[in-house]
Amino acid sequence: MIPASFAYHRAASADEALSLAAEHGEDAKFLAGGHSLLPLMKLRFAAPEVIIDIGRLSELSFITDEGSAIRIGALTRHHDVEHSELLAREIPLLAHAAGQVGDPQIRHRGTIGGSVAHGDPASDLPAVLLALDATFVARGRAGTREIPAGEFFRSLFETALEPGELLTEIVVPKPANGAAWSFQKFTKRAIDWAIVGVAVQDDRIGLINMGSVPLRAGRAEAALAAGEPVADAAAVAAEGTSPGSDIHASRAYREHLARVLVGRALEEARSRS
Amino acid sequence: MSILGTRVIRTEDPRLLTVGGVYVDDLRAPELEGAARLTFVRSTMAHALITGIDASEALREPGVAAVLTAGDMDDLPPPPPESEGGGEGGPVPVGGPWSEPLLAADRVRFVGEPIAVVITDGGYQGEDAAELVSVDYEPLPAVVGARAAVAGESLLFPGTSSNVPVSRVPDSVDDSPFAGCDVVVEQDIVNQRVACLPMESRATAAAYVNGKLTIWHSSQNAQLCRLILAGALGMAPDQMRVIVPDVGGGFGAKVGIDRDAIIVAWACKHTGRALRWAETRSENLVGMTQGRAQLHRVKIGGNRDGRILAYRLDVIQDTGAYPRTGGFLPGLTCLMAPGVYDLPEVQTSFRVAVTNATPVHAYRGAGRPEATAAIERAVDLFAAEIGMDPAEVRRRNFVAPDKFPFATKTGALYDSGEYGAALDKVLAAAGYGELRAEQKRRREHGGPRQLGIGVSTYVEITAADAGAGESAKLVVADDGTATVYTGSSAHGQGHHTAWAMLVQDELGIPMDKVTVIHGDTDLIPDGVGTYASRSLQLGGSAVHKAAIEVKDEGRHQAAEMLEAAEADIVLDTDTGLWQVRGDPDTALTWAQVAGHASGGTLIADVRFSADRPTFPFGAHVAVVEVDTETGKVTLLRHVTVDDAGPVLNPVLAEGQRHGGIAQGAAQALLEEVLYDADGNPLTSTLADYAAITATELPSFELVSSETPTTLNPLGVKGIGEAGTIGSTPAIQNAVVDAVAHLGVRHIDMPATPERVWAAIEEARAQ
Amino acid sequence: MKVSVRVNGHDMTADVEDRMLLVHFLRDVAGLTATNVGCDTTSCGACTVLLDGESVKSCTVLAAQADGRAVTTVEGLAGNGEMHPVQRAFHEQHGLQCGFCTPGMVMAIVSLLRENPHPTEEQVRAGLEGNLCRCTGYHNIVRAALAAAEVAS
Repeated sequence: MIPASFAYHRAASADEALSLAAEHGEDAKFLAGGHSLLPLMKLRFAAPEVIIDIGRLSELSFITDEGSAIRIGALTRHHDVEHSELLAREIPLLAHAAGQVGDPQIRHRGTIGGSVAHGDPASDLPAVLLALDATFVARGRAGTREIPAGEFFRSLFETALEPGELLTEIVVPKPANGAAWSFQKFTKRAIDWAIVGVAVQDDRIGLINMGSVPLRAGRAEAALAAGEPVADAAAVAAEGTSPGSDIHASRAYREHLARVLVGRALEEARSRS
Repeated sequence: MSILGTRVIRTEDPRLLTVGGVYVDDLRAPELEGAARLTFVRSTMAHALITGIDASEALREPGVAAVLTAGDMDDLPPPPPESEGGGEGGPVPVGGPWSEPLLAADRVRFVGEPIAVVITDGGYQGEDAAELVSVDYEPLPAVVGARAAVAGESLLFPGTSSNVPVSRVPDSVDDSPFAGCDVVVEQDIVNQRVACLPMESRATAAAYVNGKLTIWHSSQNAQLCRLILAGALGMAPDQMRVIVPDVGGGFGAKVGIDRDAIIVAWACKHTGRALRWAETRSENLVGMTQGRAQLHRVKIGGNRDGRILAYRLDVIQDTGAYPRTGGFLPGLTCLMAPGVYDLPEVQTSFRVAVTNATPVHAYRGAGRPEATAAIERAVDLFAAEIGMDPAEVRRRNFVAPDKFPFATKTGALYDSGEYGAALDKVLAAAGYGELRAEQKRRREHGGPRQLGIGVSTYVEITAADAGAGESAKLVVADDGTATVYTGSSAHGQGHHTAWAMLVQDELGIPMDKVTVIHGDTDLIPDGVGTYASRSLQLGGSAVHKAAIEVKDEGRHQAAEMLEAAEADIVLDTDTGLWQVRGDPDTALTWAQVAGHASGGTLIADVRFSADRPTFPFGAHVAVVEVDTETGKVTLLRHVTVDDAGPVLNPVLAEGQRHGGIAQGAAQALLEEVLYDADGNPLTSTLADYAAITATELPSFELVSSETPTTLNPLGVKGIGEAGTIGSTPAIQNAVVDAVAHLGVRHIDMPATPERVWAAIEEARAQ
Repeated sequence: MKVSVRVNGHDMTADVEDRMLLVHFLRDVAGLTATNVGCDTTSCGACTVLLDGESVKSCTVLAAQADGRAVTTVEGLAGNGEMHPVQRAFHEQHGLQCGFCTPGMVMAIVSLLRENPHPTEEQVRAGLEGNLCRCTGYHNIVRAALAAAEVAS
């Protein structure tokens, strides 16, 4: 299958990408690695008239140590996040989770920013970045602004990005205890999207595929903050979530998995720290 | 020393590894230069009347040469009358009111059914234009699932009185054999619909070459394609040529030629244009025939000493929207119902139901895996009920080795078998005792990771149509080379290597001087093809027979040349040299001997057919770990004995077993074609259809066992489907075994995490 | 648009539709048909090639995205008539049957071994999660990958 026709523009700089986006408005889509967008276009679930290829903006591919935080360019590939020694040392949760995205070929193309901007609740990294309390940096014609991860995901495939705004980098604060992490991705097959996934960093819990947006397990986090034991926090992990039912799992099963996996993730994070 | 039985790596590989195979869509034949692309417009409704088709917008698109619909098909022969014997166990009706059209005219019966074809200069244009063909539907109630079909509230075929075109159900049920049993267990079992999923989807090209309609098709048998095409298009077979290039897997779904490809051939004939068609995977997962799709009701009774006294299997086959081969499958299932057991009483029945789903056809095993799955699950249910080890129950009921040939209650005649020995071997190789001890430890410890051990023992029927046989022509030329023309059809099995080994073994002509040709009706007009694990025992035996005939002729020629008696002429099969016995100075090469024959060649053109089918057998042990908190199953080990008689080339035979085991595991654990309540497919991409990958499988542990048959000169049986047949129930039994201590007695396939979790929850609630 | 790709060491330039997929550029423009299309959803890996030395699924890369870059297909792997160690290992270990998934499988393993020259069996299996094979049950493919790693060391 092939995408419907479109006009292809390759941006040589972030500025050019922004002006192309302004010029073409709603008809245009940014293409980073293309591994979220192109499959949808091939199935003709998406048919943008203009593609703005930002894949060569090397200025947006970096991982740098800023002392209290690590800044990651939006066009940094999953493969590079996975193999970053800096991340492995400082934020092992992120390096590990990036290595669980898709398959090796997908990780050679897909980017962290593309994954975030797509806003898919079944994606691994948005929930991980929630657990890491990351901040997203967006650039528009009007300038640059920072959006906390907790305010970024609005509804299914809807983010806080304005039309024509480009996600440029992700700022991840170094965790208080980098070792206190766990990533539990539950799938039928390794290649599958998570039926449910749980990312834990310290006492923050991100949930994959437990609603129309990636979200935090607020009730479980509150239980931990109140000093309740892990088992009790895990027992309320599905409260406040609204997972769907599909061919892979029913809602009830997803809720059950969230409880089991949050329990396991918290235990593992604690055992590591 | 004979090359047979030795590990020979394939002659096919270097080309496939360095430049790739030439599959239909790779063909760059001059006859296909400038060929147009054909793209299907398919039904988006499961069951509906077509009230209008508007192609005007599509026709305005650039590059669109034509849009053809059923209305253009005025040059076809009329559909056949309803076939004789439909109904009680007879052949499946294919004509009359049950007729399957080519392009759908007024009614569609499954999502994916072909409605129109768009012919364009390029492939991208085809996809664009096909989207613009607008079809108006008047929806009809969709019949989803075989039970709904049998209930018959909505009928698929006007002019019929039910959705059951064929059945074999006794007028009354005799329950008396179960009356005297200590224990009787009954269970409904789902043998789910699965996709065949060859990595190469369907593909066909068509062109007129020298006045002949020439079809390149990804198939398991060129000759059957031509026969079917001749009937469907109303042409004489000799007006057509079918060529089968490299084929990217078949697994039963590429037996013959199916509806879509016939439409391509018709469109070429109709327009006179060279055409290419290669379907997308999304089309493949709704358009290519699918497999299994049976519902079973088993009843098994016996005594507490482990002896099984009676077994009943009732089958409902979902054959999809049209009664094709799917209608034959349950007959095979019922034939093989008793499995490896010597049972005093076996009862079977089946009903074949049409549903608003993709048609069902052969899929690796075709009817036999279903039989094995049913009885192997039933035996485990019985064993659990009487509290006996499932391996021990099997041992107490096997057909004894001295009873062969063994006539079953269902009418099969098993040729040879060592069922107890196969089980003992596989249990020893698996370390069954230690596995049970480990299981006990884990159960006592009570953690979430429990061990399950599953056993299955099986017998299957291969070369079911043994009498149809197979063709082979062998030509030895005066340059010392040999060419084999085989009716068997290679699509990954390694025929070219195997057939060359047979020639080298018999004639001493080295493999690298043997060329094997298959899949071209001009070169091999007469052939049957590759399905039902028939190739080596029929096609291979034919090559063997041809080699013996060539050898006899060679001996005759050599005797003339050396002026000696034929009885004194010997062939050294290590060197390929003829000589007078004891006189190496008289040595003649095959080139010399062939050069002496008239025309400079030695030719044998033979057919080998066997009196009866053969019955390979085996035993599998699967070891799984089940996470009882999530229901997730991990296949840790799979150990098998698959006895198909003497092994010609262990490399190839093991490869067949590996692939079979993986496909069987896929059915047990992951794969299932799903529809919603309106008959819309839910698994029409590989993102949704959970094909098994390397990460879900362990390396397999194969144990060898070779019990010959007397039904062919090589002593061989079929190995192509064995792995699939044995592995599925072993793994399913292992999953149930892992959680049996929690009160679970059955889990349907595929044993997805949610299904396993739900079974545990249900057992706990009781 | 005009796209120029260095394919197996040769520059290949053509005017193509903006939407052309790399796999079709390779098959229809460069005439290299070993790389196959097996699905629509980036799931099967049959179309795997190396893009600047790393495995990618060429059905999910636009030809335009490969403009000015280097692609290696299975046809470009053997040198001086000698099969690449991964190709040879597939042959010796019977890592292929019908051959359709093979070019993609080989390229995925070439890339895997570049990144991890001494993988465990588990790492090989994880590395092949995006490549489907319906014939071999993966058993001999995994053995071939391990054998090729052994040869290289």
